[in-house]
Amino acid sequence: MTSQESPSVGQPPARPLWRRALGPRLRAAGLALPLVAFVSVTFLGPMLSLLTKSFHDPEVADALPETMAALRGWDGQGTPSDEAFAAVAREFVAARTERNLGRTANRVNRVASGMRSTIMGSSREMVDAAAAAQAAGVEMDGAFWRETMIAIDSRWGGPEPWRALEAAGQRLTARHYLKALDFERGPDGGYQRAPEVWRIYVPLFWRTFLVSLGVTLLCLVIGYPVAHMIANSPPKRANVLLLLVLLPFWTSLLVRTTSWIVLLQNQGIVNDFLVAIGLIGDEGRIAMIYNMTGTFIAMTHVLLPFLVLPLYSVMRSVPPAYMNAAVSLGATPFQALRRVYWPQTLPGVGAGCLLTFILAIGYYITPALVGGQSGQLISNMIAYHVQTSLNWGLAAALAALLLGGVTLLYVVYDRLVGIDRIGLG
Amino acid sequence: MMAATAVSPGYRVARWGYVAFCVAAFIFLIAPILVLVPLSFNAEPYFTFTEGMLRFDPEAYSLRWYRSILDGDEWTRPLANSLIIGISATVVATVLGAAAALGLAHPAMPGRKIVTALLISPMITPVIIAGVGMFFFYSNLGLAQTHIGIILAHAVFGAPFVVITVSATLAGFDWTVMRAAANLGANPLVAFRRVQLPLILPGVISGSLFAFAASFDELVIVLFMGGLEQRTLPRQMWSGIREEISPTILAVATFLIVFALLALSTVEWLRRRGASGGQRAG
Repeated sequence: MTSQESPSVGQPPARPLWRRALGPRLRAAGLALPLVAFVSVTFLGPMLSLLTKSFHDPEVADALPETMAALRGWDGQGTPSDEAFAAVAREFVAARTERNLGRTANRVNRVASGMRSTIMGSSREMVDAAAAAQAAGVEMDGAFWRETMIAIDSRWGGPEPWRALEAAGQRLTARHYLKALDFERGPDGGYQRAPEVWRIYVPLFWRTFLVSLGVTLLCLVIGYPVAHMIANSPPKRANVLLLLVLLPFWTSLLVRTTSWIVLLQNQGIVNDFLVAIGLIGDEGRIAMIYNMTGTFIAMTHVLLPFLVLPLYSVMRSVPPAYMNAAVSLGATPFQALRRVYWPQTLPGVGAGCLLTFILAIGYYITPALVGGQSGQLISNMIAYHVQTSLNWGLAAALAALLLGGVTLLYVVYDRLVGIDRIGLG
Repeated sequence: MMAATAVSPGYRVARWGYVAFCVAAFIFLIAPILVLVPLSFNAEPYFTFTEGMLRFDPEAYSLRWYRSILDGDEWTRPLANSLIIGISATVVATVLGAAAALGLAHPAMPGRKIVTALLISPMITPVIIAGVGMFFFYSNLGLAQTHIGIILAHAVFGAPFVVITVSATLAGFDWTVMRAAANLGANPLVAFRRVQLPLILPGVISGSLFAFAASFDELVIVLFMGGLEQRTLPRQMWSGIREEISPTILAVATFLIVFALLALSTVEWLRRRGASGGQRAG
């Protein structure tokens, strides 16, 4: 990149035309390249593995390869071939002996609930049956296992557990997405929408959308006059007011969340104050936190600077002459505000609202700490599946759906303001 | 402002309403942060003002929660971890980010828009999404529950800040100056050091402060990928809030507020210096 330029004054010595044209381009690209490579590996790599994980799930297929091979030709009616019985028995007994069947059973259970107990219960007795047959010198072929397994659990005589095994053994699968959209497997193996009371994720996406929208609108209602006041104050005062917006912006999220807990909890400052001035009784303390109210208040506080700052920078460039002209031409201040000022600030409103909304939709820490049961959002469910239920395929599918929504919003943002013009305060 | 024709009583009411509303909004923004500061000096293990505090009785105030930060390693270890991770991530982010910004600002940069979008993307992707992907990816590489994994993640989140702030200082930069420097015999490195570096330095410092603050406050990645050895300050506060909330957390919070104030003042000071430097030729 640091190819030596000629030290002589005047034109550098003649180089081939292509090098002269390409040199600066290569140098510029070379400067950006290390970060491009770094982002590709440390960020795009993870995003790719997120998307892969959402539809690629080889675990059951890897754990029960012979079973999956034997089930390949099955038409899904009645019971599969004797080979399938023999294969599943071999693999269940082997895995059971090595004590790693539990994981596989859990995976199958996610496809059809109840399969965990079927697999674990049957396999225990199958191990015993295999030992007894070996001792008696009985040949353990497919017919033997068909008879034995159906005797152990009559469900093996029907198609359902086999369909569940077959579905869980698909390496490439849409089942995580279907689950993330509240579809469930019917008894015939087809997918249908879950009954309304059992739907979890679509209502949660919907709630996240509504909360984000509500928080964004609240931020706009509060932020618009605030940005206007800063933009129209004399410079000294404007700087002080700007500081009041920037300090929360820079303060740790954990600190701000802590302070809302201190303020809003049952024995908190706000409740203490309301009791002290006699507005509410000591028993009538208001539950303002660990519920949706808490999520709403804390999120609005956290996100408000993200709306005020872009709005402020747009408002600062609105010349006051237009408003004065409108008023001197006979408009009431309100008319002038609505017909002259507001339209000129719309780019800032759009940019600020979109940014706030996008940030709100992925919020995790704040709802987790102050949301209680009712204030949880989709991100909390994603974290739950990553950390607690360990259903990583589902977590990946939920995150991928959220990513799709956010990307869509950024396309809008790009059209509106240009993605490369995101600023910092 | 519409003060010129402030005559009608309706207008005056609206004007007062506007001022009152803004004052309330500013209080909403700042009071929750400031209220923690006096509470951190509470002599009692309460999260609310005691009667003694309201009477400004010196007995009601103490430094006990500050002392308890230093007791044992409950808070000092996380602080050390946060500093190690934050500084390492900032160095990586600053070097890579500043170089990339120089490349992007060059008029000959090919595919500027798409490269910018790529480099900014870690900053604007909801952390929960990036966190899930990084958890899978880094676990496969054996980097989960290591400092390296978290440093890499924080560096990639921090780099966009540096790219943005450095790009801002280069907006309107006259690239013929660089050619002039070359023609006068400066090799590219000398030209960079003598011409561009002084210009972008405020942006580099601001960007690295943003990057450090982002890492210093980052929790989702640490929750997903960090083990006991990688407990950072936010991680410790998270447990503090969820498990046994002790007023020590208020003292830690006050420390973080002071840190925010310092970082903010530095960035604003640099911004003003940059703005008055007359480099906004374009």
